[in-house]
Amino acid sequence: MAELMNIHIRGGRVIDPANNIDSVKDLYIASGNIIAFGNMPDGFTADKTINAVNQIVCPGLVDLSARMREPGQEYKATLKSECAAAIAGGITTSCCPPDTTPIIDTPAMANMLTHRGREIGLTHILPLGALTNALGGETLSDMHALHQAGCVAFSNAEYAITNTMVMRRAMEYASSFDLLLILHANDPWLSDTGCMHEGEISTRLGLAGIPEAAETVIVARDLALIEQTGVRAHFARLSCARSVDLIVQARERGLKVTADVAIHHLHLTEYDVTDFNTLCRVMPPLRSERDKDSLRSAVVQGDIQAICSDHQPHERDAKLAAFSEAEPGISGLETLLPLGLKLVHEDVMGLNTLIASLSSGPAALLGIEAGSLSVGCLADICIFDPHEEWLLDSTKLLSKGRNTPFKRWPLKGRVSTTLLAGSIVYSRT
Amino acid sequence: MRPHLQYTNNGKLHHFLSIEGLQKETLQQILTTADKFTQFGQREIKKLPLLRGHTVVNLFFENSSRTRTTFEIAAKRLSADVINLNPDSSSTSKGETLLDTVNILEAMHTDLFIIRHAKSGVAELIARHVPDHVHIINAGDGQHAHPTQAMLDMFTIRQYKGPFNELKVAIVGDILHSRVARSQIHALNSLGVHEIRVVAPNSLLPSQIERLGVHAYNDLQQGLDGVDVVMMLRLQKERMQHAYIPSEQEYFNLYGLTTESLAAAAEDAIIMHPGPINRGLEISSEVADGPQSVILPQVTNGIAVRMAVMSMILGGEGNG
Repeated sequence: MAELMNIHIRGGRVIDPANNIDSVKDLYIASGNIIAFGNMPDGFTADKTINAVNQIVCPGLVDLSARMREPGQEYKATLKSECAAAIAGGITTSCCPPDTTPIIDTPAMANMLTHRGREIGLTHILPLGALTNALGGETLSDMHALHQAGCVAFSNAEYAITNTMVMRRAMEYASSFDLLLILHANDPWLSDTGCMHEGEISTRLGLAGIPEAAETVIVARDLALIEQTGVRAHFARLSCARSVDLIVQARERGLKVTADVAIHHLHLTEYDVTDFNTLCRVMPPLRSERDKDSLRSAVVQGDIQAICSDHQPHERDAKLAAFSEAEPGISGLETLLPLGLKLVHEDVMGLNTLIASLSSGPAALLGIEAGSLSVGCLADICIFDPHEEWLLDSTKLLSKGRNTPFKRWPLKGRVSTTLLAGSIVYSRT
Repeated sequence: MRPHLQYTNNGKLHHFLSIEGLQKETLQQILTTADKFTQFGQREIKKLPLLRGHTVVNLFFENSSRTRTTFEIAAKRLSADVINLNPDSSSTSKGETLLDTVNILEAMHTDLFIIRHAKSGVAELIARHVPDHVHIINAGDGQHAHPTQAMLDMFTIRQYKGPFNELKVAIVGDILHSRVARSQIHALNSLGVHEIRVVAPNSLLPSQIERLGVHAYNDLQQGLDGVDVVMMLRLQKERMQHAYIPSEQEYFNLYGLTTESLAAAAEDAIIMHPGPINRGLEISSEVADGPQSVILPQVTNGIAVRMAVMSMILGGEGNG
């Protein structure tokens, strides 16, 4: 890592939702930390000044889910390639789901991943621990030890825990140590062989559908168990309006549950699958226009606290197949912020709401020190030009996964500089 | 890339992948072209030189003796060179090997692929990846489309029942899993029939089927009431195992076409079935072999209709 410099970020519009700041201010960094706002502190000499005039300066983004594919699937992507993609997208904290090979169900694996992340030194890598051993849904992982080894939360990734008693015990155990569970709501019996939203389009295309009940049945089940056990829980990647309704009702009853949505669910619907476009094959599936609208307003209302990339890079062959056979997922690190800004430009949400849902929101629900520009904090910072217009060229992505359905989308807003712990790790020239 | 996958920029039929997306005029042209070939099939020497010098590959990843045979006969009557291949479906379920297979055959100068595959969308996937001089006919993809079957059905309906606009048609059986039903619905709507009904228990009706322009019925008697055409669908025997229906017996009692249940339809209604028939499961032998059945003429018409589609795609090209 480069020598830590004194950095002066000059003239940018600083947006820091955690501290309710939105104003044009200078920012000063020394020894990797933010040391002052506004006026230059006494005795500060900048080794480097970043001109941020007409740009936004915000906390480095916190992404709740990014598959780096390492270890185990290096033919799809590597930690190094994906960390480079993350910082090009302004992301300075990436949570890595446990479904690597081997699975993150031992402290050694968690340590290895964190260590590799530090070695690469581009973005903070936070492992998510497996909730059950081998993600098998039968026996509990050593959650406490995994937490000690750096796992910030526990999830069974997309492997359903069908045994309700196991889920209850997992929640009881996790609640003893105030550990956070990240839940993927999907009933495998109802999803069955489905590969897209069950509705008019699946009927037209003759593709097996995934009914919205596959999600809502499990959201309802898990909410009942959360209420009983008092565990800290978070629902990942909601796709249906009715799931949001269930969570809103639960929060009204006093449950402290949170939720996130993948950025592509705020832009795409079942109609994008119409020509068997395998780039739009994702799990949970793209749903109806109504669902998309509800998810958008849930972010605005604060019922969904985080937007994530749900980054899943793939090699070309993984998508060059019959729709039902194609592997699900979108390469999303480099489009997370621009697609979020598209929502701002289209007046779906305010810039502060967007930035909160990409930084302070996810950081708060994880309970980590990130996602803010507080004095004294690590200087993880994203600087972007909100006005720059560009067309996404998938061949120019830094991620090894070029599987994006957003190619040739006109985008507005682009990261210019990313700082990690006071080091400039990305600078677009 | 052409703006319409199934047409050339001049509006000529280029691929034949699904009825959805085709213009009504194209469907009518298929029917009138097939008329000519029908008369021709009754002659003693049945060969025409329209596709001489062209290579047609029947690429059937999923087995089907009937469809493959009629495509083969159709291509041979048009003087094409025909090759039949049945690659092992399991080894080609991944896209790359699937496209590899096609690329290798394309490198041998194949002009037209007739493709059947168990997964929806495969014909379209291949059509998007072959060079411009190669044509694709979909002979059935998953539960998505079977457009030549639908067109031979349209041809048969027109032959026996005349113009489409007054007709009421009922499609009975496993609509959920049927590519035939989907293509029939699109064709019937495009050709302007008066009413289309689908008849099945809700567990065999796909979500929002009404959006395709049909009326759904759970009761066979009500669904058949006054219809001019009854199109039966094959019920896979394994549907019981996945809880779609309780038993063969209960299904036959409620949805089997028998002399009694057929009485609800118009007196001169015709009975159709894409085959192969499960006698005693979806239809009684009495009805299948009865005077109102046009199941065998459907097969005969399949040849003329497939000749029509192939000649519209390849006719007038190169040394044809």
